Parts: sequence; C-alpha cells; structure tokens
Amino acid sequence: MSTPLYEARGIERSFGSVQALQGADFDVRPGEVSALIGDNGAGKSTLVRILSGADRPDAGEIFFEGKPVSLETPTDARVRGIETVFQDLALANHLDPIQNMYLGRELARPGVLGKLGFMDRAQMRQVGQAAFSDLGATVRDFESPVGGMSGGQRQAIAVARAAAWASKVIFFDEPTAALGVVQTKGVLDLIRRIRDKGIGVVLISHSMPHVLEVADRVHVLRHGRRAAVMNSADTNVEELVGAMTGALDGKEAAA
Amino acid sequence: MTATTTVSSGTGVGGQQPGRPNGFGARVQHMMRAQAMQIVLVWLGIVAVFTALAPGSFFDVTNFRNIAISVSILAILGVGTTFIIVTGGIDLSMGSVLVFSGVVSSLVMQSIGDGQGWFVSIIGICVALLSGLAWGLLNGVLVAKAKVPPMIVTLGTFVAALGLAQVLTGGLDLRAAPEVLVDTVGFGDVFGVPSLVIISALVVIGGIILLNRTRFGLHTSAVGSNAEACRRVGIKVDRQLIKVYAFAGLLAGLAGLLNLAFFRSTTIAGHSLTNLDVIAGVVIGGTSLFGGVGSVFGTVIGLLIPATLRNGFVILGVEPYWQQVVVGAFLIGAVYVDQARRAAAARNTTRKTLFSRIFRRSSEQK
Repeated sequence: MSTPLYEARGIERSFGSVQALQGADFDVRPGEVSALIGDNGAGKSTLVRILSGADRPDAGEIFFEGKPVSLETPTDARVRGIETVFQDLALANHLDPIQNMYLGRELARPGVLGKLGFMDRAQMRQVGQAAFSDLGATVRDFESPVGGMSGGQRQAIAVARAAAWASKVIFFDEPTAALGVVQTKGVLDLIRRIRDKGIGVVLISHSMPHVLEVADRVHVLRHGRRAAVMNSADTNVEELVGAMTGALDGKEAAA
Repeated sequence: MTATTTVSSGTGVGGQQPGRPNGFGARVQHMMRAQAMQIVLVWLGIVAVFTALAPGSFFDVTNFRNIAISVSILAILGVGTTFIIVTGGIDLSMGSVLVFSGVVSSLVMQSIGDGQGWFVSIIGICVALLSGLAWGLLNGVLVAKAKVPPMIVTLGTFVAALGLAQVLTGGLDLRAAPEVLVDTVGFGDVFGVPSLVIISALVVIGGIILLNRTRFGLHTSAVGSNAEACRRVGIKVDRQLIKVYAFAGLLAGLAGLLNLAFFRSTTIAGHSLTNLDVIAGVVIGGTSLFGGVGSVFGTVIGLLIPATLRNGFVILGVEPYWQQVVVGAFLIGAVYVDQARRAAAARNTTRKTLFSRIFRRSSEQK
C-alpha cells in the first residue's frame, strides 16, 4: 500500500450550533479511487469543500505529500494540483468548452501582445482539444457555448477540465447524480482513466453500485466522523449501508 | 499557474474533428451570428426604404455624415455599457457622468490662464477622463464590494452626478472650451471624415478587440455567465466588475469631453434620457440583459437604427414623435428575440421563433 498523498486528520467544522464535522479523518492515495459515502448531513460536502480550499476547518490538520498545509482559497489547492468537479459543474454556459477549460488560466500570447492581455487562442484550442481526446471525452463541438449541450456533454467537459489541470488529486462531487445509464458509464470510465494516470481520485456518491464498481477503498462518514474504511473488493452494499446507518458501529476495517 | 497539465505534451490533436457545423451547438452559434447579421439587415432595410422614399436628400454623403456624428458620442457610451450589461449589470448613470465630466473639464480649462491652447486642452481632456473614471470606480466598488444592485447604484450616481454638476455651475451651462479643441475635435475632420466619428470608430474597434480577443473581455463574459464558477477557478470577480465599471466611466468621461467640444456647451439638461437611448441600442444590438454574451458591433448598429429613423422621418416630414414609437417597438422586439433564443438554448432545441422563421425563410429563398 502506498502512503497517503493527501490526508486530513481530526477535521472539525461547525456552522452555528450544527457540528458538521467532529474530528473527521480522510486520506487519498495516488492511483487509487477513494469513495466517500455517508447519509445526508454526514458531512461529505463540508469535508470536500475544506479539502478543495473552498472552506476552512475550525480544527484539525491537512497534510499534502506528508507536509502540513493550510488552504485559504481554492487557488491554494489548485496550485498543488488538486481539482474539484462540483455537482453544479461550475461551467460558464456562454463560453465554449475550450474557454471553460482555460478559464482563469488563459495562455497569453508571447511578447507585447500577451502583456496587453491577448490570449493565444490557437495554442489553447490545440492543447485543449488534445486534452479532451486524450480522456476520450466525446465533445464534438469545441466552438459553441456549453449551455446548449447535453448534461452528459457538460459533465464530460467539467471532468476533462479538472483532469487536465489536476496533477495530484481530483474530487468528484456526485458526478453521476444527473446522468442517464450511458453517460454514467462514460463518466465512470473517465474516472478509471484518470486513476490510471496515477492521480488520486475521490468519488462522492450516493450510488452504492457505482461506488463498488469503480472505487478501490470506501470511506464511510457518519455524524461528522469517519465510521469505517473498507476495501471495496471485500465489502458489499449491505455492509456499506450498515456502516452508514450505524448498524455496524465499532467495526473499523484496517485499510 | 503552477498546475501542470497531464496531457499538455506528447498527445497529438488527432482523433477529434474540430467542431465544424454539425450538431446543435453549431446551429446555436449560427443563430447567434445570424442575430448580429439580422440587425444589420434590418438597418439596411430601413436605409433602403428611406432611400426609395427620399432618394435625393436621404441617400447623400452629407446626410450619412450627420447620422454618423449623431451616433458617435452615444456609441462611445454604448461600448462601456455593453461591457457592463455583459457582466449582467446595468448602467443608468452615463448621461450624468458625461455632463459632470464636461462641467469639471470646462471649469478647469477656463481657470487656467486664458483658457486657450493645446496645453489647456490636454489638461481638460485628462480632467474629463479622470472625472468619468472616478464615477465609474464609485459605481464599481458599490456594485462589487457593497453588493448594492447595479440598477440602484447607477440610479443613485445618475442623480448625484447631475446634481453635483448643477451645484458646480449653479444650473447654468458652461460654454468655455479652447478654440483648438473645438476646431480639431468638435468640428475637425480628417480627409472629410469628422474627428468625432474617427474617435468613436477607434473606441468601437478597441472595444470589439477588447471583448473578443483579450483575457479582460473573456473574464467579463465569464463573470456575467457564471460568477460562482469564476470564483472557483480563482478569477477575482469583484476586481473584474470594478474594472468594467471604471472602464465604462472612463468612456463616459471621454464622451463628456467630446460633447463639450462639439456643442460648445455642457448641455446639463440634455442627457436625462441618454442612458435609455444607449441601453436600448445595446439591447437592440443583441446583447443579452441577463449577461454572459454581447456584441459591441451590434450595439453600434442598435444605435444607428434609431438615429437613422429619426433622420429619415425628419427628411420625410413625418412627425419626429413617431420615431419614438418605432424605436420602442424595436426594443421590445429585440428583447423578445433574445428571450426566444435563450429559451431555445435552455430547452436544447431549435424551436423557430416567428422572427427567425421569417428571416430563415427569406434567406433560404435566395
């Protein structure tokens, strides 16, 4: 087993009187899909927001490649190669797929024109299209606004964008919630391909079959704590549901 | 950025067809291009009708010159307003900022020496630009940082800037402007093209390039399209909004100077409806009031249509009030087309609107 690439220990976070996280632990290993499951209100979203820099913990430590880090903004996470695909995809609907991929990281033209803010659109188009095809993302139209594309296409664009920039860790927040059967399979295939590049993938999902299909390890969150970690090969839906609901309290599988 | 792409090298472009016209997206794009073209066709149609009705007096170089001059100051305001509307905002203040900038510029210029010459003019130009910039910054900070809705912020500065201009002048128009400025900028021309039109054209071309080719323009669209997505990828949304409002303010300051040089007056009472004229032009030109997408070129055409109607009606001897009725109808029609287009995009279909059906059919018959 490889050592954790990204690790959270004892994360606490409260919103008013609600304690969303009460000492949660989590770890991501390179080249592995870690699923994060839990009932509504278990603290999944809060934990992901904290680990992607969108929120800050009240207490606890975060380690990246073995060193403690403090993430103030999403940019702090992104410069370390940590990307997140949010449930709402966070795409600018009026921009095309390439513009979305490079949003906030546009390539400047060389020389004076670049200093004036001109972008190297040809280069972005070339590398961007290569990135999409590299992932097998079936984006057919690179020049139209993404707002007019299907849910599956938009999901593929958001995933490909994260994959293009993530060199270490990607979080997927409910990537299949709004998709049909075929699109879901496409996204799960994308997740495997990203993992095979040696990137640590975190999958947040409500769908137990998808989790068991694609994840290597499953982290179960309950009442703001990690209730169990299981190898997906050694577990089943009943056991996961049991851990989520508390029926299997005390059974912490050594991962 | 230090984030590396895992795929930036070693992979060819092969395997993917560049998105050439096929599929729904390309059709949307086609429609959007058609929207800009539609508005040009509408304008050409108006020109053709007036030409047929009054061939001698309407279709005449001097007359087109007049139309161009009447649009040039509005077009400069229109460029800034297009950027603001693309962010999903609105600017009601530009007419008052124009007046205020003209007033301050005029006051400063008449207080320096004899108030003549290029040195004084250049100071006046700088003062006008800075006055506009200051109001734009104020608008931007209130919108982006204080989170006051843009309509309220710019309604407030609309009233306040006009009020301050009246305080500074006692409500009486100033007429002080250096002769050189009036002769070169106000009434000068280069090879028969009025300076006013040249300056305006340069601003418009600059605006088109800025919106379509630069990072600033892309971020302007992106902020209007999905501000939260911009925040997540690290774009400083507040700063972008402040820059856009400041840019629009700067252009309003420039317009104030041109206005002063052309009319030799600060025209304090003359710009209470300028904001509505400009916004109408922006909207007729196809810029969505909901933000995210817009066209500076469309805005210019959108401003040319009312100006051409006004001009043509005067030549034909039609009551000029009719022009207002027609412009009002155009405005509503333009927003209807925009709505139908966005609804079609949201529904993922290309349901044809009445408007597009008429144009589609006419273009297919060719």
